[in-house]
Amino acid sequence: MKTLYWLVKREFWEHRGGFLWTPVITGSLFLLMTLLSITSFEAFGLRNNMFHMGDWNFTHHVDADTTKNFGKFLDLMMCISASAILGIMAIVIFFYCLGALYDDRKDKSVLFWQSLPIANWKTVVSKVASAIFIAPAIAAVLGVITGAVLVLVTACVASLHGLSVWAGLTEAHPIRLVTNILGLIPLYAVCALPTIGWLMLCSAWARSKPFLWALIIPLATTFAVWWLHLLGMPGLNAQWFFSHVASRVLFEVIPGNWLSFINPMYAGSQGEEVFEHLDLLRNYSALASGELWLGVIAGAAMLAVAAWLRRWRDDT
Amino acid sequence: MNAVVTASGLSKRYKNTLALDNVNFQIPAGRIVGLIGPNGAGKTTALKAILGLTDFQGQLNVLGLDPRSQRDKLMEEVCFIADVAVLPRWIRVREAIDFVANIHPRFNRAKCEAFLARTKLTPDQRVKQMSKGMIVQLHLALVMAIDAKLLVLDEPTLGLDILYRKQFYQNLLEDYFDENKTIIVTTHQVEEIEHILTDLMFIRDGKIVLNTDMEAMGERFAEVMVSADMAATARQLKPLDERQVFGKSIFLFDGIDQAQLRALGEIRRPSVSDLFVATMKGTYA
Repeated sequence: MKTLYWLVKREFWEHRGGFLWTPVITGSLFLLMTLLSITSFEAFGLRNNMFHMGDWNFTHHVDADTTKNFGKFLDLMMCISASAILGIMAIVIFFYCLGALYDDRKDKSVLFWQSLPIANWKTVVSKVASAIFIAPAIAAVLGVITGAVLVLVTACVASLHGLSVWAGLTEAHPIRLVTNILGLIPLYAVCALPTIGWLMLCSAWARSKPFLWALIIPLATTFAVWWLHLLGMPGLNAQWFFSHVASRVLFEVIPGNWLSFINPMYAGSQGEEVFEHLDLLRNYSALASGELWLGVIAGAAMLAVAAWLRRWRDDT
Repeated sequence: MNAVVTASGLSKRYKNTLALDNVNFQIPAGRIVGLIGPNGAGKTTALKAILGLTDFQGQLNVLGLDPRSQRDKLMEEVCFIADVAVLPRWIRVREAIDFVANIHPRFNRAKCEAFLARTKLTPDQRVKQMSKGMIVQLHLALVMAIDAKLLVLDEPTLGLDILYRKQFYQNLLEDYFDENKTIIVTTHQVEEIEHILTDLMFIRDGKIVLNTDMEAMGERFAEVMVSADMAATARQLKPLDERQVFGKSIFLFDGIDQAQLRALGEIRRPSVSDLFVATMKGTYA
C-alpha cells in the first residue's frame, strides 16, 4: 500500500502540469471570461441607459418562483463549470495514458525505475489509479470550486439588481452537487477502463509513436470490417463495430462515459433537471449493463498485457 | 564458497546474433570484478541477465534467487547504475530522495543526505538542470545509501570529465565498498579502475576469454623489455604481443616461467589495458 501511495505521488509530481495546473488555468480562464462578460454587459447597459440601478430592479416583482429559478441557474452554472473542466481533463487523461508506459522507455529512465524493488503491476496500477481517480477527482474539486466562485460573483451582481444573494444561495444546492459529482467518479473510473487499457497497452507496446498506433488500429479495423461487409461477408456491421468497439477503446475517458448504458427504466429523483441527470441511483443503473462489464474485463486484460510488456518489451 | 553470482551454461540469442555463448562463471562475495570487452561482446547482456532485465537460457543464480522469476525480491539486494539508465529529467533531488526512501527497505536517508552535502546539488534542483556529472553524483548518492549486496555498474562514468571520474571511484572505494559487498563494473576506461579491481573478466564474442583475480594475473602474465639482439629468442617463446619502444621490443607473455624471462630483460607486470589489447587482437578485423 505504501509503495502504491508513493508511486501515485510520483505520478502527480511528474504530471503536476496536467493534473493540477491545467484545471487551475482552465478554471481561472472561465472565471475571467465570466467577469469580463458581466462587466461588459453592465457597462453596455449603463451606457445605453437600458437599466439604471433603480430601473432594472427586480425587488418589486421577485417572488418565490424567481428565487427558485435563480437557485436552479446557480446550480446549473456550477455543474457547467465542473463539466467543462472535467472535459478538458479528459484530454489530459487521454495523453497521460498514451505516455504513461512510453515516455520513460523513450528517455531510458525506465531503467532507473526498474533498479528499484517495484513490481511492474504496481507501477501499472498506480498509473491507472492516477488516470481514473486522482486526475478526475482533482478536476471535479477544482471545477466545483470554480463553479462556487462563479456562483458567488453572479449572486453578488444579481444582488445589485435586487435579487437577494442569500435567497438565491439557499435555493442552490452546492453540497448536494459536489457529493453527486464526486460520487460519480467511481462509475466514471469503471467505464473508462476499456480506453485506459487500450491506451496503456499501446503505450507499453509501441516502439515509437504510440498516439498513431492507438488511433490507427481501431480505425483501420473498423475500415476492414466495413470493407469485408462490402465484399459480402455476412454478420458484419461497421457502424456497430465502431460504436461498440472502436469508439469504446478511444473515447471512454470523456465524462459521462456511462450514459449510454443507463437503463431508461430508471427515472431520476424528482425535482430539478440538473439533479435528475446527476442522480446517483439513475446513473449507477448503468452497472446493470452486461456490455459495460465486457468493456471492464477487456480493459483489465489489456492492462495485464501492458504490465507484462513493461517487463519484456525492451529486451533487445 | 559463498558465491554472489553463479552462471552455468548461460546463453542469450538475439534474432541473428549470439550475445552470450554458454558462459560459466562464479563471482564470490566481497570482490570488485571488472567485466571488460569490446563493444558488442556481450557485457551489457550479461549484466542485464544478472539484473533480470532479459530472458536467457541456462542457469543463473544471483544471491540465491533466479533473476527471471524473483526480480522484485532481488532488486532489494541489488543496485545498478548504467550510463543509459538516466534519472528522469523532471525529478527534483528532494523528490528522488523521498521516493527511494519510501520505496526501498534498505535505504539510509541520512547517509544519502551526507553524500549530497558534499556536492553542489540543492534539494529543489531538477535533473534537467544538472550536468551529466551532477546527475551521476545524485545517482551515486542514492545508490550508496542503499545497503545492497551487489552493485552493478555499466559504464557508470561514460561522458564524465576526469575529476568526476576519479571522485566517483574514490567515493565508491572509501564510503561504500566492504567485504560484504560485491561490485561488478564494465568500462572502457580500464586504466582508471585497474587499481581498484580484485578480479578481471575479459569477454569476447559472447565468451569469457579470461577470468582471473589480479594476483594470479600478475603471476601468469609478464611484460618483458627485450633489446634487439635477444628479440629472436623471445619470439620463440610465443609471446601474446610484441611492440617496439625506443629501439627495444616489449613482449607480453602468458604462463612463461618468470626466471626464464628474467634472462631476456627487465620484467614488469602488464597493465590491464595492454593485456586487453593483446587478448582482443583482431576483434574488429
